[in-house]
Formats: sequence, C-alpha cells, structure tokens
Amino acid sequence: MSVDKQTVAKIASLARIKMGDEQLETMVPELNNILEWVEQLGEVNVDGVEPMSAVIPNDLRLRDDVIDADPKTAGGRRDDVLANAPAAEHGFFGVPKVIE
Amino acid sequence: MTDLTSLGVKAIRDGVRGGDFTAREVAESFNAAVAAAADLNAFIVTTPDHALAAADAADKARADGKELAAMAGVPIGMKDLFATKGVQTTAASHILEGFTPQYESTVSQNLWDAGAGMLGKLNLDQFAMGSSNETSFFGNVSSPWQKAGSNAAMSPGGSSGGSSSAVAARIAPAATGTDTGGSIRQPAAFTGICGIKPTYGRCSRWGVVAFASSLDQAGPMARSVEDCAIMLGTMAGFDAKDTTSLKMDVPDWEAALNADLKGNKVGIPKEYTMEGTDQAILDSWEQGKAWLKDAGAEIVDISLPHTKYALPAYYIIAPAEASSNLARYDGVRYGLRDLPEGAGLQDMYAETRAAGFGDEVKRRILIGTYVLSAGFYDAYYTQAQKIRTLVAQDFEKAWAQCDVILAPTTPTASFPLGSLNDDPLTMYLNDVFAVPASLAGLPAMSVPATINADGLPLGLQLVGKPFDEQTVLNAGLAIQQRSEFDHAPEKWW
Repeated sequence: MSVDKQTVAKIASLARIKMGDEQLETMVPELNNILEWVEQLGEVNVDGVEPMSAVIPNDLRLRDDVIDADPKTAGGRRDDVLANAPAAEHGFFGVPKVIE
Repeated sequence: MTDLTSLGVKAIRDGVRGGDFTAREVAESFNAAVAAAADLNAFIVTTPDHALAAADAADKARADGKELAAMAGVPIGMKDLFATKGVQTTAASHILEGFTPQYESTVSQNLWDAGAGMLGKLNLDQFAMGSSNETSFFGNVSSPWQKAGSNAAMSPGGSSGGSSSAVAARIAPAATGTDTGGSIRQPAAFTGICGIKPTYGRCSRWGVVAFASSLDQAGPMARSVEDCAIMLGTMAGFDAKDTTSLKMDVPDWEAALNADLKGNKVGIPKEYTMEGTDQAILDSWEQGKAWLKDAGAEIVDISLPHTKYALPAYYIIAPAEASSNLARYDGVRYGLRDLPEGAGLQDMYAETRAAGFGDEVKRRILIGTYVLSAGFYDAYYTQAQKIRTLVAQDFEKAWAQCDVILAPTTPTASFPLGSLNDDPLTMYLNDVFAVPASLAGLPAMSVPATINADGLPLGLQLVGKPFDEQTVLNAGLAIQQRSEFDHAPEKWW
C-alpha cells in the first residue's frame, strides 16, 4: 500500500497538523519508503496468534475507593492544573469561541 | 586530591560516607565541569543550586551522625523527559518550551529521596524520537568522542544522547535515560558507558513524558555496572500512579552482584548478524563470548526466528502509540499556543502542532495516524501486535536453553552528526538489535567492550529473562572485569 499527496493531507488533517504543499510533497516519499519497508510483515504467518496486549503479565488494579487517596493525584489543585495554560481565565482554560 | 569528576556513583557515595571529601566539593566540581562543557550541548538547562542543596543535605546528615541514603551526595543529570517540579521540562520540543511542572515524576522523586542532586536537564531527541540526538529543538548534542585524526562532531546516539554525552565526558557521574526501542542502550554503546533498561514496569512512568506507553521504560546510565546497579535500585519500585507498574520488591542488585557465571548459560542468537554490521562489532561479539566463557558460563547457540520483523513491527506500534499520546498537545492546557488572528479552535490545534513539533515527530504522528485509521488498522496495527507476540514467544522459547543472551548493541559505531539525515529508514536501522528486547519488555543492558580502529567505543548487549536484571548485571560485570575498558574521550570541549 502506498500513500499519495491527497492521502497524506487527509492524515495530517486527522492528526491536526497543518501542512503546506511543499511539506506534503516531502512527506509522501518518506512515508512510502517506511510503509514499503513495513510491508514485509505481511509475509509472516500469524494464523492463531493473538495480538499482544500486555508485554509483562500484570493485573489491572483498582485504587482504594477513597477520596484523594494519593495527594499527588487528588483534587483541589486547580491553580496547579492551570499554571501552564497559555490562556487561563476565571479558573478555566481559555479557548477561541467555538459556538456562534 | 583526585579530580572528583573522575569518580562514579559508588566512589562518590563511599567517599562522602567515609569523609574523604564532602558532597559539596563533589557538587561544585561537577557544576564547574558542566558549565565548562557548553560545546557538547548536553544540557538544556542547568540546575547547580539543586545539586548544591542535595549535597549540603548529605553533608549535614553525615555531620549529624545519620545514616546516608543510597545515593547521598551523588549529583546526576536528569533526562529532560522527566517532569521536575519548578524546573522546565521540554522533551526537547518547542511545544513544551517553558513548561514548568507543578509536580515531580516518581523516578526523579525516588532519586531525590535517595539523596541524589540534579546538575541539570539533559538534552535528547525530541519526544525521545531519534537515534542520533539530532531532532532536539534545542540543537544537536555532540559526543565527547571523535574519530582519531578528525574533529568532526560525532553522534552521542539517541534518544538519551545528552545523558550519554554527559556521562562519557565526565561532567556527570551518572544520568537517567529512557528506552523505548534502544534509547538507553544505543547511546551507551556509542559513548563507551553502561546503560540498563529494566523489565517493563520496574520503573514508574508517572511524570515521564509519554512516547509509546507499552514500551517506555526508564533506567540508569553510568560508567560501571556497579553504578548502574546502585542507581537502578533507587529508581525502581512499585507506584500506584502507574497502572503498568510492577508490584514486586526491588532486589538489592548491588549486594548480589557476582561475576562468577558458573552454571549460567549464555545464548548467542544466530539471527543477530545483519548485513551492514561492522566486522569490528562481530569481532567484539566473539570476544564477548570468550569473556563470558572465561567467567564460567556455557555458551549455547539459540534462534530468535522473528528478529528481522521486530524493527518494522516497532515502527508501526511505537508511532501508533505516539500519535495517540501526543494528541494531548493542543495549545489549550500547557505548552505552546499558536492562534492566528481570527482563527477558530480547530485552526488553533493545527497551527500549534505545526509550529510546535519537529519533522521527525510529525513523521511518526502521521505514520501512527495512518496505521490506526479505518481500513488499515488490521493490516498494519493488529498484524504488528501479532508479530510482537511472536517476538516475545521467541524469547520465551530461548529461555528453555539459556539464562541470558549476548548480542551486539548496535550494527555500527557512532557516526558523524548529519551523515544519516537523508533517509529516516537508515537511521531507524541503528536500533535493529535493541528493539526485540523492547518489544518483549525484557531487561537489557549495554556495556562497553572495546574501541574500534577509529578510536570509537563499541558496546555489547545482554538481554535477560523478565524480572532477572541480576543475571544481566552479573554478566555485564563479568565483561567489565575482562574488557578492562578504561578509555576516555580526549577533551576538546
């Protein structure tokens, strides 16, 4: 499988990365080289093989059902959460207008 | 008095404990060495005060007659992928430039709790994506090593290139690294130092900027196996804040170090001979076998039949996870925001990410987005995850025949900066020997073996069973004692 400029433009749009014509042109052969190289995976017989979901067997844990079990991930830290926001207003993240 | 910057973790720890010198003297020596090494570009920011504060705390504890913690008085470099409270954390990207975490990553907190101090935040490939440290927004890192008779800047490897450069240049006794597909081992091999990636889950990922979550694992980089054992012991441990953290005790790896390999079988995978591998690397591999045999081990031939498919599978899985992880950089919650006049929310996302990510990061996000997109998911992503299972099964079968695997770390020695930039694929091949252990979540280490005809270091890789860092470290120690690798780069910076 290979991609053309239109497909790369679609992927870039899905990934929310703005790309100009020139960048798209550069990216097409680069992505095709990589995709062509990974094609070799198709030659492996994977009949009956389960896709890996966890590399080291490990049970998913539930944390204790208490409020603020770990202070580092607890609530009441609004200012910390907003400290690095490019636009924090009135205790919220500020974004451009999304509804008319 | 000895030059304190020539000392490693153990020597500093023991010297401070014994009163041979103060932790403050150590921190001042390394702070000065860091300040004088700007040409390496190993650090993005330096934090001399952090190192001094930890040193003073260690000196005071000793004066008060208290027992000193495991790394008390040892200043280290921190890869700029670990969130450090109040200190800029960038992942070497523009999109996180100026980001100042309000919390400390678990691994860095563990190190501070063990008495270590921070010399600064180390440069890396942007978002840990790269094998040469040429994708950082803050410029390339140079290796302290140069080819004999040349002053061309060489790659320190990647992504932990600031870490490897700083440790090899003796401007830090040790540094943290992270390894997703070789990012600790390949730079360690390129710069003649040791580096170990533990079993997946040993070190908490909480507070580490995520690249590919099913692969990312932190580990130490230092100049000896003992130093790595000490530092890994402080970094590792269960953390409830990371769902993939291993709920297991951390063994005392340092205390159990033993270079006598009697009764151990070392596997030699026949598939780890790839076209384009330097003869000097193959020769060092032979030498490595002889060293381990001399240490009492039995050498056995093994087969890991899916080796050649590990790297292409990795270049589907890692970008897929990266495209998902990096979706968080949206110009809303932290980092860069690029909002052209009159632009809406969607434009803001696209402009911010266009301005904030480097080319290699964009390339991988696009690959990841493509292989996860409707219609291609099974052909690419599911297929790669099945091959990942096969790669892991290869290792499981091998453990019936051997206790640890010996292989080269990389197919070549370091290369000049800029020499592999034309083709992303050639760059990816650097990690061909490192990636299989990553896909299988296994502990793996690189130790220096020798230097080649150009005067550049070569490393050997040891891969162990899950949770068996000890045998990896022991075999590493056996090699270290026989290679007697004490080469240091000639100072040019």
